[in-house]
Amino acid sequence: MAIKVDREIKKNLLYQLMRIRIVEETIAERYSEWKMRCPTHLYTGQEAIAVGVCAALRNDDFVVSTHRSHGHYLAKGGDLKKMLAEIYGKATGCSAGKGGSMHLIDESVGFMGSTSIVGGTIPIGTGLGLSIKINRSNQISCVFFGDGATEGGVFYESINFAVLKELPVLYVCENNFYSVYSPLCVRQPAGRCISEMVKCLGIESSSGDGNDVIDVYSKALQAVDYIKREGTPFFLELPTYRWREHCGPNFDNDLGYRAYEEYCSWKERDPIVLLETQLLKQGTISQTDIEKMKMAIQQEISEAFEFAEESPFPAPEEAFKDLYS
Amino acid sequence: MSRTLTFAKAINEAMFQAMEIDKSVICYGLGVDDPKCIFGTTAGLKEKFGHERVFDMPVSENALTGVAVGASLNGIRPVMSHQRLDFFLLAMDQLVNNAAKWFYMFGGKRSVPITIRLILGRGWGQGPQHSQNLQAWFAHIPGLKVVMPATAYDAKGLLLSAIFDDNPVIYLEHRWLHNLEGEVPEGHYRIPIGKANILKQGKDLTIVSLSYMTIEALHAIKVLESQGIHCELVDLRTVSPIDWETVLQSVKKTGRMLALDTATETLSVAGEVVAKVSMELFDALKSAPQRLALPDFPTPTSPALTKKYYKRAEDIVQTVGKMLGKRVSIEEIIAGRQSPHDVPGDWFKGPF
Repeated sequence: MAIKVDREIKKNLLYQLMRIRIVEETIAERYSEWKMRCPTHLYTGQEAIAVGVCAALRNDDFVVSTHRSHGHYLAKGGDLKKMLAEIYGKATGCSAGKGGSMHLIDESVGFMGSTSIVGGTIPIGTGLGLSIKINRSNQISCVFFGDGATEGGVFYESINFAVLKELPVLYVCENNFYSVYSPLCVRQPAGRCISEMVKCLGIESSSGDGNDVIDVYSKALQAVDYIKREGTPFFLELPTYRWREHCGPNFDNDLGYRAYEEYCSWKERDPIVLLETQLLKQGTISQTDIEKMKMAIQQEISEAFEFAEESPFPAPEEAFKDLYS
Repeated sequence: MSRTLTFAKAINEAMFQAMEIDKSVICYGLGVDDPKCIFGTTAGLKEKFGHERVFDMPVSENALTGVAVGASLNGIRPVMSHQRLDFFLLAMDQLVNNAAKWFYMFGGKRSVPITIRLILGRGWGQGPQHSQNLQAWFAHIPGLKVVMPATAYDAKGLLLSAIFDDNPVIYLEHRWLHNLEGEVPEGHYRIPIGKANILKQGKDLTIVSLSYMTIEALHAIKVLESQGIHCELVDLRTVSPIDWETVLQSVKKTGRMLALDTATETLSVAGEVVAKVSMELFDALKSAPQRLALPDFPTPTSPALTKKYYKRAEDIVQTVGKMLGKRVSIEEIIAGRQSPHDVPGDWFKGPF
């Protein structure tokens, strides 16, 4: 069943896609200044998933995420200034400099945290689902993870528990076909479809086009509706592609672990270009609108970078605080 | 008149009281509502508080630890139980990478108020995979608190403190203590985490002990007293963070220190106590600090093989004698012993 998506929503989706893209590309550009001194996993190319899914969530719904979490954090409404300050290791960062790029948090918008061990937040999001059920608070807990995480035991353990206890959890598998440099074919048997496989665990699932934000948004809306109606979890698989290297600001096609043609074919399906083209064609938006959007985004981003750069570092003594609550 | 309860009943009572006063406390673990109710410690909870707050779980130690962390981020206070610590090793990722780090790595934004009860085995052929005492592993991880009660009184008071502490607490309970009786007040009381207890006053030597070894130490101290040697017994109660002030005060007074542990000796909590005492009180020491712990081998299973493996009161007596340069007798202990070396007492009929 196709869902009709309102023009204003489409425009907003485009804005969100562009915003995350420009943030990530600016980080890539400035990473070599050596001021962002932590491992950083950029989301470029995968934006449609975070944007489409988070648009289907409420502010008070929970999200947990992975090492590649900038997109999820921003799409959920996380504070950009605090994110950049965190990557710069500043006291004003969302985790006060103790987390860095891989440990973002903004509880005011339901972004409950991102962690760096593959699969690590799958049970955390499941536990948030348990808390929602106990509190009867009509929220949803959404867990973002990659294809690699579906190879770890904790993934199966968590889904089994969520199905058993009928928890309001949306599992979003962002399948970008690589775990660092290891392709899916050395990690999972040929022909496996993750979203079909999980049905054996008793969870309902669907899949969509992870580069088409309208499709992602529609599938996410349907998933959220299903979870609320049935009171059981749902699994959504969204294939997409990482443009840049696993970790860091560069492109890494020179390494030869993936075919350049493969990269190009995904790049041709740039989620931003896909939506822009559609909206221009439909007359929903003009080139001037797009330019205006870009300018507004760039303005916001340069202010946020300025904030991050100008913020003070935490005092070294701060390392010895916050061990216990 | 004071009331006595077993250690296991004291845990059960703490669970009842915690769940009664705070609806956010939940309790789960393999067997919490099965016919045996984790050696009786969770008996009656499901009947009283319902299946939403008290439930058995899938055999998924890692995920269910993460579930506890996740639920705790939104106001729930989970108490999770495992019938042996060894099984919980599957959950080290969620414990070490998430539970222990969450508060710190997000700059103090959100703490993780979870309690994990792990039961420690000894004797009766528990063997290599049912008797590991890995308190040092947990105590080595900044961000965790680790408690090891030795008495029924502390079992209740420390469990209540653990549940209402806003941080992850590992609550290690020794299987050989479950049937031990002791005075337990009826009301809600808490033993502060991080405070040791001086169980015996003495002038000649300080024994720093924890968990079940405290019971062996009490036997040893009684026998030593009849031979004119007066030991002070510091029961750590919490092994992370350790109450150094109490330990150091006592050793300063006696000038001698023997540390006991239920774990293998190298890199043990007892080793840490020896290190700290040596570093801080070198000039005040009359003899080299010692430790008495298990040999650095996996636990064997046959009762024939555990005879020299476990440490008991007579080992403590002999070590103390050596440290003081005095001849001591262990005949009284051997003569008074009523049960074989591989059970805590007549009440224990196995299987685990």
